Amino acid sequence: MTGPGGGAPPAEATSEAAPAPGGGRRGAGPRSIASRLMENRWAGLAGLAVALLAPFVNASPYALSVMTSAAIFVMLAAGLNIVVGYCGLLDLGYIAFFAVGAYTSGVLSTRLGLPLVATLPAVLVVTVIAGLVIGAPTLRLRSDYLAIVTLGFGEIIRVTATNLDVTGGPSGIYGIPGLTEGPVSFYYLTVLVVAVAVIGAARLGRSRLGRAWRFVREDEDAAEAMGVHTYKVKMAAYVVGAIWGGLAGVLFAAHLSAVSPGSFTFLQSALVLMAVVLGGMGSIRGVVVGAVIVSLLPELLRDLADYRYVAFGVLLIIVMLVRPQGLWPARPKEVAK
Amino acid sequence: MNAPLLSVEGLRLAFGGVVAIDGLTFAVGEAEIVSVIGPNGAGKTSAFNCVTGFYRPTAGSVRLRGRDITGLRPSAVAALGVARTFQNLRLFGEMSVLDNVRAGTHLRIRQNVLDALLHTPRYRRSERESTEQAHHWLDFAGLRGDRYGPARALPYGEQRRVEIARALARRPDLLLLDEPAAGLNHTEKAEMLDLIRRIREQGVAIVLIEHDMGLVMDVSQRVVVLNFGREIADGPPDEVRRDPQVVEAYLGRDADEAEIEQARASVAGGRDGGA
Ligand SMILES: Nc1ncnc2c1ncn2[C@@H]1O[C@H](COP(=O)(O)OP(=O)(O)OP(=O)(O)O)[C@@H](O)[C@H]1O
Ligand SMILES: [Mg+2]
Repeated sequence: MTGPGGGAPPAEATSEAAPAPGGGRRGAGPRSIASRLMENRWAGLAGLAVALLAPFVNASPYALSVMTSAAIFVMLAAGLNIVVGYCGLLDLGYIAFFAVGAYTSGVLSTRLGLPLVATLPAVLVVTVIAGLVIGAPTLRLRSDYLAIVTLGFGEIIRVTATNLDVTGGPSGIYGIPGLTEGPVSFYYLTVLVVAVAVIGAARLGRSRLGRAWRFVREDEDAAEAMGVHTYKVKMAAYVVGAIWGGLAGVLFAAHLSAVSPGSFTFLQSALVLMAVVLGGMGSIRGVVVGAVIVSLLPELLRDLADYRYVAFGVLLIIVMLVRPQGLWPARPKEVAK
Repeated sequence: MNAPLLSVEGLRLAFGGVVAIDGLTFAVGEAEIVSVIGPNGAGKTSAFNCVTGFYRPTAGSVRLRGRDITGLRPSAVAALGVARTFQNLRLFGEMSVLDNVRAGTHLRIRQNVLDALLHTPRYRRSERESTEQAHHWLDFAGLRGDRYGPARALPYGEQRRVEIARALARRPDLLLLDEPAAGLNHTEKAEMLDLIRRIREQGVAIVLIEHDMGLVMDVSQRVVVLNFGREIADGPPDEVRRDPQVVEAYLGRDADEAEIEQARASVAGGRDGGA
């Protein structure tokens, strides 16, 4: 929540560090720099403030549940944004990692009687393995094949969960313990975790690894020529995305106290992808806004009853026609300090 | 014992039935400028791709200071100190100019995921170092345009400079330039010539593919001539210029598309052109 996904300033850009013989460098003027920095900082803080104050406006169980779901959805979108937005890998089965996280924590906590927090190490291990297993063969493929294979992977995970005994078959797992007492504290815990996840994703985006992700997205050959091991870099994006998805899955399991295969359909993958594209691929702020819209809009359109998804679809189509780059796209413009 | 910086031996590359390179042997010493010339389709870019790991040669070997690097992946070749530019500019268009050049520092800066997440002093230091280096090489390459905006927004000639700055930020011992002056106007060409000389003064060896004969003869210590994948000459510019095979295949005609086609047609008439 602290900065734009693409081309954010490094902690300290050094205009004074290198001598600028002849010509020098033209950048943004100092005024626009300051205003842009403010804009960035305010945007993140404002978003967090809205999330923190929302329960004071409406703390009904329904509202809290919707807001908690929205926050979890933001985390999913932030994770998928690493894969699709930063690295340019089209993943159509991202929800599989969400399922892996939710099921791993759900199964371990209900079968072994562990508190949810104690399942986190296992969730990390399992999601990383899931990321590696699916990434290792597919990331060597061209990106259009990647889309199809990930789509298949998403379905395989769901069908497997439907057919295994340990995952409770079609009806899933019940009685998963919560992480906190009561929905308000759980909402705040979720907001905290999601905020950290979003800031973490943004920071990774501005790091050496994050730049490498974007080099791969922009031109794989040129990235290789600069010494970027593109396969490892793509794998890193995939694994980090898997971790974000898996941890969001734990929040999901705690939130609903039940997990079933119906929550992990292709439609869910498509909705997360929609949030990323709608907000602006590679732009953290945009993706957060996109995720909030995609998760809340169907609730706000509830009065339209059966037509709400139609209205939702039409609205999305209109937005994408009017603003194909997303609502709040990443700016390639870098801020000079 | 004293292996040359780069040595290419008996390089052969076939795409199915098409033989792009048919026996290419040449060496490049430290801080030397060697040009590779030849008509369109002669196999020059393919040779670069074999040296830098983008193509796996059908036969032959590529050695760097005596070490066999044939078949290594491009990033591994780059890690050993080889940088290149592309015939058709390959910048990271949507990223800032600075970020493009930071790519060259990717292997030099030390920073892990935890540093990035926690913004440790090491993160700040390495980012600062990367940025300083990027500015330094952009200055060196003489970039005048906006460094903070997206690379695609720069004029063509400036983009060429950015691509070279990016390669230099890799701090290579060997730099391969694929037609760096193509599409540049007269002034820009002169500046490019100057830049190439200054790069060499940094102790970097250069292999240059270039159609502009004036530039080639001016700057190279040695010239390798390719024609239909075959090496037809290798020597100092003055010698190569007088070589009858070279004259027939390539020189003495304007580096004009139609003329080269003509030259190619005449050469196809009946030559066995050994290396
Ligand atoms: N990936 C590829 N697949 C098939 N054929 C190829 C491939 N790359 C190059 N070739 C062929 O190899 C031959 C040499 O091409 P190359 O690009 O190396 O020529 P060049 O000397 O760089 O020409 P130019 O001056 O036009 O850049 C050409 O006949 C080309 O069609
Ligand atoms: Mg070429």
